[in-house]
Amino acid sequence: MLARLAAVRLQEIRQVFRLAPQTSRSFSTALNYHIDTPDNNPDLPWEFSAANKEKVKEILSHYPSNYKQSAVIPLLDLAQQQQGGWLPVSAMNAVAKVIEVAPIRVYEVATFYSMFNRSPVGKYHLLVCGTTPCMIRGSRDIEDALLKHLGVKRNEVTKDGLFSVGEMECMGCCVNAPMITVADYSNGSEGYTYNYYEDVTPKRVIEIVEILRNGEKLPPGTQNSRRIKSGPEGGNTTLLSDPKPPPSRDLDAC
Amino acid sequence: MGLGLLPSRFSRIPANRLFLRSIVSNSHRQSPEAAAAAVPPPEPTPDLPPRTPVAGARVHFPNPDDAIEVFVDGYPVKIPKGFTVFQACEVAGVDIPRFCYHSRLSIAGNCRMCLVEVEKSPKPVASCAMPALPGMKIKTDTPLAKKAREGVMEFLLMNHPLDCPICDQGGECDLQDQSMAFGSDRGRFTEVKRSVVDKNLGPLVKTVMTRCIQCTRCVRFATEIAGVQDLGMLGRGSGEEIGTYVEKLMTSELSGNVIDICPVGALTSKPFAFKARNWELKGTESIDVTDAVGSNIRIDSRGPEVMRIIPRLNEDINEEWISDKTRFCYDGLKRQRLNDPMIRGSDGRFKAVSWHDALTVVAEIVHEVKPEEIVGIAGRLSDAESMIALKDFLNRMGSNNVWCEGNGPNPNADLRSGYIMNTGISSLEKADVFLLVGTQPRVEAAMVNARIRKTVRASNAKVGYVGPPADFNYDYEHLGTGPQTLLEIVEGRHPFFSTISNAKNPVIIVGAGLFEREDKDAVFSVVEAIAKKGNVVRPDWNGFNVLLHNAAQAAALDLGLVPESNQSIVTAKFVYLMGADDADLDKIPKDAFVVYQGHHGDRGVYRANVILPASAFSEKEGTYENTEGCTQQTLPAVPTVGDARDDWKIIRALSEVAGVRLPYDNFGAIRSRIRTVAPNLSSLDEREPATFGFSVKPESNQKMSSTPFKAAVENFYMTDSITRASKIMAQCSAQLLKK
Repeated sequence: MLARLAAVRLQEIRQVFRLAPQTSRSFSTALNYHIDTPDNNPDLPWEFSAANKEKVKEILSHYPSNYKQSAVIPLLDLAQQQQGGWLPVSAMNAVAKVIEVAPIRVYEVATFYSMFNRSPVGKYHLLVCGTTPCMIRGSRDIEDALLKHLGVKRNEVTKDGLFSVGEMECMGCCVNAPMITVADYSNGSEGYTYNYYEDVTPKRVIEIVEILRNGEKLPPGTQNSRRIKSGPEGGNTTLLSDPKPPPSRDLDAC
Repeated sequence: MGLGLLPSRFSRIPANRLFLRSIVSNSHRQSPEAAAAAVPPPEPTPDLPPRTPVAGARVHFPNPDDAIEVFVDGYPVKIPKGFTVFQACEVAGVDIPRFCYHSRLSIAGNCRMCLVEVEKSPKPVASCAMPALPGMKIKTDTPLAKKAREGVMEFLLMNHPLDCPICDQGGECDLQDQSMAFGSDRGRFTEVKRSVVDKNLGPLVKTVMTRCIQCTRCVRFATEIAGVQDLGMLGRGSGEEIGTYVEKLMTSELSGNVIDICPVGALTSKPFAFKARNWELKGTESIDVTDAVGSNIRIDSRGPEVMRIIPRLNEDINEEWISDKTRFCYDGLKRQRLNDPMIRGSDGRFKAVSWHDALTVVAEIVHEVKPEEIVGIAGRLSDAESMIALKDFLNRMGSNNVWCEGNGPNPNADLRSGYIMNTGISSLEKADVFLLVGTQPRVEAAMVNARIRKTVRASNAKVGYVGPPADFNYDYEHLGTGPQTLLEIVEGRHPFFSTISNAKNPVIIVGAGLFEREDKDAVFSVVEAIAKKGNVVRPDWNGFNVLLHNAAQAAALDLGLVPESNQSIVTAKFVYLMGADDADLDKIPKDAFVVYQGHHGDRGVYRANVILPASAFSEKEGTYENTEGCTQQTLPAVPTVGDARDDWKIIRALSEVAGVRLPYDNFGAIRSRIRTVAPNLSSLDEREPATFGFSVKPESNQKMSSTPFKAAVENFYMTDSITRASKIMAQCSAQLLKK
């Protein structure tokens, strides 16, 4: 009896260990090295669009001409918006050419930041906050609901190419936890939005997904109708009167 | 707190409090004023025994007023301003453990192994990245420092696999040694270790990336010294790994050095993988002969086999790097070796014979031809001893048609300043303008190129290049392809002329590939005119250099291996090839009798009538002079192959059979013979500068042709008989030179 219990416990522990390396890798959408595929290889041509070339000039103008490499993050972001949410290796090479550094210096930056996706994402990339306050308020359930509703795994794109779900670190909305972010790549870099939807519930996120699927717009912010921004539910409970001014010295008396 | 104190401390704690967490603070943390008041009066400087700096490090004070004094473990040391805490400790003779710090690379400060305690600093500081301040009190041996190192070590070992028994770095691993010295005897990590996919960096460097501790030494080496920005640090946190992101081979001629600088077994030598353990190897300090730089190497051998070649430190020549050709050519020493004297029979096949028979045949033939029909050519790997023996032997036979391949049909051996690097390799660092004439230093002399790159990086020196389109790993200006550009510069029509004449320390490097040109003298006189007008040669600075290609060239010219007539090979009846494979073998007449003395069955053997097997550079004691005029010697690391003999001994034996006995019977005697011809070759490991400049050179009335300069080295990896026989070098040329 005791031996069987111990064996079961050991099995459980092994199960946890087996899962461990996967969870630590799951923040980023791709591996730390590149594998050539037909839609992502260095031989594919990639260029900034005519409208974005103006933006590139504008971005570069923020930095001294001998420190062009400082523009790497804004340029990668622009390239990602243009490409529809992800960075093929040829886009990174194009950025390297613009800022006149070796491509590896751009790869280093792109692999470091988890907001640069190096594999395709959906037109709406849904990012669920997974940090402690949101997790305590049920972000795991929200992610499960999203994944179940869309029928995909994390970082996988739905068949129609509309949605993908990822995980994010804290986005600073803890007062309205749990929250998700919707990165909207459906309108290219001109109509790109990156909106927070806060106070979501497993039911509400599915509604949000359906609203987005119908092409409707949804005002960002808290989804709890009884709250105003990050104020308390049902109106203020403190600071009900005008605050008292601070006591000031009588300067004339000095 | 010493370990001995621990039990007594614990015994005083009641048993029920053992599991209570306690937060301890000491009085001086609570009130800084009280601590300041409580500081005891400074003790008189303890009478410590003087210490010697780590590895004999020398401290150079660029400005004596800027010296500051710091205290390392209570011992005062004077250091120049701008030194780091780490360097101060080295001066004080304290060896700080380190992984990411390397004196020739930029400071990264990411391994945290060099933590030391600095008085009044709340935390231990990373000494490699902290500048030393006057009066700093550095403590390297306190419990805090020890605990910090132990903690860092535990983190480093957390994801490091326990595969030392199958790791090639085992026995010479920094991580192994330092975990013995500074690490804990057990770890607390029970999770699953991470694993990283291995990368393919080419045929030379084997990667086991799981062993990597992310010190980034290889990334910094590739970026800063090798000048190929291929490697990078990808990802973040525990997923961080070294790689190239897109699959890419490391196409640098210095890539082998990442094997040496890797502190763990992540980057090891692919050809050496699983071949030997480093403690079974016998090290022999020797000299590289695959190019004219004469890099200092250590030949590691086991029994009769050369197992690997690694660099030796020589600040004046190769610092601590060597090129890939130097490092990996050793497997050529085991292939295609000649091990028996052989005579070509009437059926065109070689038959092995005894030394006696072979020498008798050669001696008979050499007496049958006229003296002026005898020709001797020394190969590019020949040492000074064999070359003087060959010259003496041919002189005694009445011929003076002896030369060394690569020196061209009409070499100038009169003025030593006309064929060596007068500036010296290490002094290139003082230059601010380089003019490269018909030379591609990256393939001709990789270590000289590394020095130029170092200068360009450090002081933004300008580089102008005249020659065919070539690969450079630093910024350069391609001025033109032929002598026409040189004329423009000398007449002041080219903007680069003002760059040279305005420079403080200009350097002109002429490639030895120009020796083969018909209009060699004319080209040289134009370059000398540029040097004269641009004030390149002054009493305090000599910036006129010739970059040679072969290890034998400088010594051959010193010894006067100059042919009497440059057409002698066409009329030759008896040709003595001493390891010469790259001479104009097609020009040798069909009816000539060719003796090939050498160690490899290479090009020369196809034409030979008699083969005399000789020893390679790893098997003999030989004197070589490098391109800057520094004389160095090889030492035998392994026994000779088969029935082979040293080159000079073969010629000495042949002279006796031929009846013109040479008067030296041992190495000392032949050295003293060399001393009478070229005294500079007897002062070993010393650079002998040339006495006269080209100002005493007679005017040349040759006409310059407009033929553009040619590339001298087509394949960096295969330049001589050893590298042509090497399988590794063949793989490199197939994979790395692919365009």
